[in-house]
Amino acid sequence: MNQSTPPFPAWGIPDPVRGVTGTEPLLAVDDLHVEFATRQGTVKAVNGVSYSLNPGETLAVLGESGSGKSVTAQAIMGILDAPQARIPRGRIRFRGTDLLRLKEDARAQVRGRRIAMVFQDALSALNPVFTVGSQIAEMFRVHQGMSRRDAEARAVELMDRVRIPGARQRLHDYPHQFSGGMRQRIMIAMAIALDPEVLIADEPTTALDVTVQAQIMELLAEVQRDSGMGMILITHDLGVVADVADKIVVMYGGRIVENALVHDVYRTPAHPYTKGLLESIPRVDRKGRELYAISGTPPNLLDMPPGCAFAPRCPYRQDNCTTEAPPLYRIGSTRGSACHYWREVLDGSHG
Amino acid sequence: MSDTAAPRARHAKHARSSGPPSKPPAGPSRGGRAARGAKPAGLWGDAWQDLRRRPLFIASAVLIGVILLMAVAPGLFTSVDPYDAATCRLGDARQAPSALHWFGTDNQGCDTYARTVYGASNSLLVGLCTTVVTVVAGGLLGLVAGFRGGWPDALLSRVTEVFFAIPSVLGALLILAVFRTGTVWTVTFALAVLAWPMTFRIMRAAVITAKSQDYVVAARALGASNRRIMFRHILPNSIASVIVVATINLGVFIAAEAGLSFLGVGIQSPEISWGLMIADARPRFLEAASPLLFPAAFLSVTVLAFIMLGDAVRDALDPKLR
Repeated sequence: MNQSTPPFPAWGIPDPVRGVTGTEPLLAVDDLHVEFATRQGTVKAVNGVSYSLNPGETLAVLGESGSGKSVTAQAIMGILDAPQARIPRGRIRFRGTDLLRLKEDARAQVRGRRIAMVFQDALSALNPVFTVGSQIAEMFRVHQGMSRRDAEARAVELMDRVRIPGARQRLHDYPHQFSGGMRQRIMIAMAIALDPEVLIADEPTTALDVTVQAQIMELLAEVQRDSGMGMILITHDLGVVADVADKIVVMYGGRIVENALVHDVYRTPAHPYTKGLLESIPRVDRKGRELYAISGTPPNLLDMPPGCAFAPRCPYRQDNCTTEAPPLYRIGSTRGSACHYWREVLDGSHG
Repeated sequence: MSDTAAPRARHAKHARSSGPPSKPPAGPSRGGRAARGAKPAGLWGDAWQDLRRRPLFIASAVLIGVILLMAVAPGLFTSVDPYDAATCRLGDARQAPSALHWFGTDNQGCDTYARTVYGASNSLLVGLCTTVVTVVAGGLLGLVAGFRGGWPDALLSRVTEVFFAIPSVLGALLILAVFRTGTVWTVTFALAVLAWPMTFRIMRAAVITAKSQDYVVAARALGASNRRIMFRHILPNSIASVIVVATINLGVFIAAEAGLSFLGVGIQSPEISWGLMIADARPRFLEAASPLLFPAAFLSVTVLAFIMLGDAVRDALDPKLR
């Protein structure tokens, strides 16, 4: 299977199972930069992000608010706020085609049909004045020109597929008549309606309570297994990631600070930020002890420090960290860490 | 399966009326709740189902119906034709209400009831036409400006600011002075020209609010076109405030027509309108109140009816209030 060690490509981490030699990944973000023009100056939200996704694979993009994880997703979808947002550099290749070079109408063909998105808060992401049935059916009517009746029949099928009890009876209910978990199921139904090849889930469980979170993650994993689509799961919750993701990208200050297979990250984080995130998860066996928190605050995107963005908060900081921005060091066939002292971080986590 | 009770109750009804639930419901209107549960109707259909059961709507619809009938066929309400000068006798001026003259007579000795009935047509025409023009023009331009932003928005907004700077009475005087004659249509034109910026502003603000909502972003991410986003996602979510303002404005327009008639540039005698009647009766109000009070009462009731209608429609368009 894994005949030769693939070269470490510029656009991200190679997939150890399928390999990438000779085959184009499903979706590859390559050196993406996104800026927002604001009155205070240019906000550099994404600074050279690269990752790739293969069919049937789940990539978790992890990071706190303002790390650029959602902006990257919006750039892939092409739904960045038009006048303020700019993409000065980078490519987003979808099955070999650079989406950023496509004309708007060609791009619209991809949106919803081939790359779809699930949003964080399904209550606000569903139109309040239309029934959920008509909103799901709209996907078929607009994109496939189906008749109203056929589209509704398909909507019922989809609602069954995302396990909404009594789908047929609830077809004509409005979004506010559903619970949070059910609304997120409807959102997922709309996103998978046209069998997209890539599904981007932007914090799909953040607005839900814990038991429902697990159900939604399970549903997403199941839908993905059935359809073989690639999934980008954007989250700030490490707990959500472990079970479903294949590989993980950790973002900080608009850059990727670590990428790895998901189990490697949990076992031995190779970046101080990842390590800090893992240590700040509350654990029963440490009950009574003070909860660990990464000290300091995220960097100001208007005024990024010259060296490593994490340096001001980093326990491993040395003098060169504040002057030299670390590249994404390759630390294994499937891993990268943007830390000058990744060896120390790896060793430290052993002990 | 621990779902709420309401859908299950609806399910029972549905199953009884259209056989096995696996078959798509096909029957036409079954009335009331069952119809809503079983038959897809869309936004406006659902709103209508809801409206039919609102007392506020029924009351306002009946009132508006009567007034519209009065405007279209005044002959049904009175056998006296106030446009025929022979029906007025100066000797009978300013009589109190009686069996012969239900609302009394005015300064010219004309029957106030007949004039009030016949006045409905001109007053309503001005009110309705001005409202329709302002809602369509102001609403569409507001939708475009709010949705597109950029230079169309800047241009339209500056234009409306110019209009806001014109005092409306002076503006209307100016426009009507150009036309020389005051008719229903020139008054409508003058009022509409001065009033559309208000509707524009309200629509634009509502559209800008709706535009940044998550469901609009989500719709775009799921592949909806600009036109679809504009008319299916933004318009239904921003029309409510325009409808409410439009119904209030309808009354304001009827009253404004009265004001212009009073200033002598609005609809002119021998035409009849409520505004004109109020203006005519005003100088002798203390001697004879009825020629002023009755058209004023009709005006108030009409305005109230439209405001009630607007409220009911707005509520019906919001699924959360159903």
